[in-house]
Amino acid sequence: MQALADLILEGRPVQHHRPWPRTIVDPMVWTSATVALAEGHWTLLGLWGETAAIHMALLEEPTGTIGVISLEELEGGYPSVAQYHPPALRPERAIHDLVGLVSKDLPDPRPWLDHGRWGLRFPLGDRLPPPPETAPYAFLRSEGDSLHQIPVGPVHAGIIEPGHFRFTANGETIVRLEERLGYVHKGIEALMVGASLDRAVQLAGRTSGDSTVTYAYAFSRAVEAALQLEVPSRAGWLRALMAELERLANHLGDIGAICNDAAFPLMHTHCGVLRERALRAADTAFGHRLMRDRIKPGGVIADLDHEGAAALRAVATEIGQTFPALVELYDNTASLQDRTVGTGMLRPELAHQYGAGGYIGRASGRGFDVRRALGYPPYNSLLFEIPVLHEGDVNARVWIRIREVEQCLSLIAQILDQLPAGPVSIDIPDIGETREGMALVEGFRGDVFVWLRVAESGRIDRCHLRDPSWFQWPLLEAAIEDNIVADFPLCNKSFNCSYSGHDL
Amino acid sequence: MVVISALLVQAVQMVTVVLLAPLLTGFIRKVKSRLLRRQGPSVIQPYRDILRLLRKEVVLAENASWLFRVTPYVIFAVTWVAAAIIPTFATGLMFSWTADLIAIIALLGSGRFFLALAGMDVGTSFGGIGSSREVMIATLAEPAMLLIIFTLALVAGSTQLSTIAAFMTSPQVGLRVSLGIALIALIMVAIAENARIPVDNPATHLELTMVHEAMVLEYSGRHLAMIELAASLKLQLYISLIACMFVPWKLAVLEAGLAAYLVGLLAYLAKLAVGGTLLALFETATAKMRIFRVPEFLGAALMLGLLATLLLFVSRSL
Repeated sequence: MQALADLILEGRPVQHHRPWPRTIVDPMVWTSATVALAEGHWTLLGLWGETAAIHMALLEEPTGTIGVISLEELEGGYPSVAQYHPPALRPERAIHDLVGLVSKDLPDPRPWLDHGRWGLRFPLGDRLPPPPETAPYAFLRSEGDSLHQIPVGPVHAGIIEPGHFRFTANGETIVRLEERLGYVHKGIEALMVGASLDRAVQLAGRTSGDSTVTYAYAFSRAVEAALQLEVPSRAGWLRALMAELERLANHLGDIGAICNDAAFPLMHTHCGVLRERALRAADTAFGHRLMRDRIKPGGVIADLDHEGAAALRAVATEIGQTFPALVELYDNTASLQDRTVGTGMLRPELAHQYGAGGYIGRASGRGFDVRRALGYPPYNSLLFEIPVLHEGDVNARVWIRIREVEQCLSLIAQILDQLPAGPVSIDIPDIGETREGMALVEGFRGDVFVWLRVAESGRIDRCHLRDPSWFQWPLLEAAIEDNIVADFPLCNKSFNCSYSGHDL
Repeated sequence: MVVISALLVQAVQMVTVVLLAPLLTGFIRKVKSRLLRRQGPSVIQPYRDILRLLRKEVVLAENASWLFRVTPYVIFAVTWVAAAIIPTFATGLMFSWTADLIAIIALLGSGRFFLALAGMDVGTSFGGIGSSREVMIATLAEPAMLLIIFTLALVAGSTQLSTIAAFMTSPQVGLRVSLGIALIALIMVAIAENARIPVDNPATHLELTMVHEAMVLEYSGRHLAMIELAASLKLQLYISLIACMFVPWKLAVLEAGLAAYLVGLLAYLAKLAVGGTLLALFETATAKMRIFRVPEFLGAALMLGLLATLLLFVSRSL
């Protein structure tokens, strides 16, 4: 079997693509890469298109090799990846909606992000006028005696993001769930085209509100990779501090919210208090509760002063003292355990096939974590563990979050102890020529992938942001099968995929 | 004279229950909020909600039939009548000679029948899910309830509530295992009937997990106000029922004088407060059970009811 490094050598390498190579390959190599993906040798990191090219980012997990292959001969479309490797299905449908590239032999050619309400077609491509009439979306058929359909959403009774779920159920048992997403499409990738770096990092930070630090972090790292910038070490440590705070707050919120969906609000309120404390400390330390717009290419915007560091230390200590009692409450409430254990099982094979990151992958035996696999600074000098479980049920996903909260607290303390002194940002030099960069950063949901091309003028030529949810939403459909309708909210909350990050 | 005072007591009772019911709901919500370290809405919030709903216009589905429009009033009426029969602060109610415990179950059952039909009337999937779940719960809760009534009737020699209450206050009742078992079973049935945790969650926004709320999802305006008020009344009815049969202390008897009535009323308020607090405590400490565990839960109530009845056939003194 071919190594990813060898595959990369088969193509024509692209200049100024960093930190990992990108090569332009012919359709034969593209198809052989697709087959190797399907055989499970590599993991699909991202699949995105431009008017005249299609790109696929691949990861070889055992060696940590990453590479991008591109196909530029697109007459009559490109050979479908999804026909062999199902995780590419939704990205390919989205590429057609956004760019207009046609995938040959695509198993499911229905539109995905485009609901026919944008006022134009292919916003990243030819920008054609919309067709006068769009056919209603055809949901997959389920046939059989005594099956009935339950349409849920896109507007839900609670204050959550919009998404449509079409259940086919036999009584209470779910036979099929089909998701329909794209309701919160904001056109971020189209807005990125021609944006200055300052504007673009703000746009990136608005892709998914709960991961705003991660997105700005990943975007900035991609720009720095493209321009070969070395950020001051203090800036790198502060970025990691913000990322861990964001992870801590989100995990605390999630643990409570999952219990609340099993009608156990006691955990919800107590976790809510802790989450609020973390957010307020973030506000004191960095001047924004969610730390939005604090990270920029070249460094960070705000430095951490003594008061801020003291607030973060205090909150980490407080959570460290209170949290074990909540874990015990979760573990000892039999009625709650009865709901979470064995519910919404995700098989490890599927988690591996889809390259599911974050707590979803780690609860199903896939221990991939960018912080460890790529060891970007300062994580290469910090001590932390990556919890992995194999059960794959709601309970396992809760436990992964619990363990990660503990790791976050330890990381925050380590970062505060070892924070180096010095400047927190450097200026962006003139670009000079077109450059490309990419980055992977571990957010609370999993790995956020950013690829971009900066033009000579210093403006963004094309930027692709891939939320971890792209490879997690399809797994929810699989995990929910044979569960009962009433357990769906619990499973969905334990996945907690992003609507906004996915719909972009 | 007796008839007049019985009528008067009955009238006071009917007004009291309907006025107090939202307060009880508000009180339980307040206690739950405090247990969760939250401030919680004011205890009179349910009154405000009902007033707000009464002032709002009704949004009806185009295909809603007369059944959908009539159901809220039917449910409110039957629940109100049922609540009016249970001695809350005084026995000797006018209506209690015409309706006994079995009639109360029948009244509530017919209310449920209409609500389940209304849930399916508009044809939304949530209404259908709610109705099917509700009926599944009812098929187990109602037989359990009947067995509990048989136990009490065998002990007290009557299904008439005033007589049961009078018997329970008399010295001849003693300590009976069967009554203890019946009390536990009745509490379980009451939790299921009132759509409380762990059977259903009255505060949920998750449409897929709802039972009672799913059936009433399409209601709005004054229709919803009627249903909310009926739900509050039903909760109060069950707490009153437990209080009347198992702790009938300070219940005023007919023509006992104004002081006795006032004491009865205060005692009733105290019983409601204790019942509401216990319910809030229990709900805070438990998660909702998976929907298919509900039959096991209610099956246990049914078996307890059966056991209590059988014990009485073994020995009259048990």
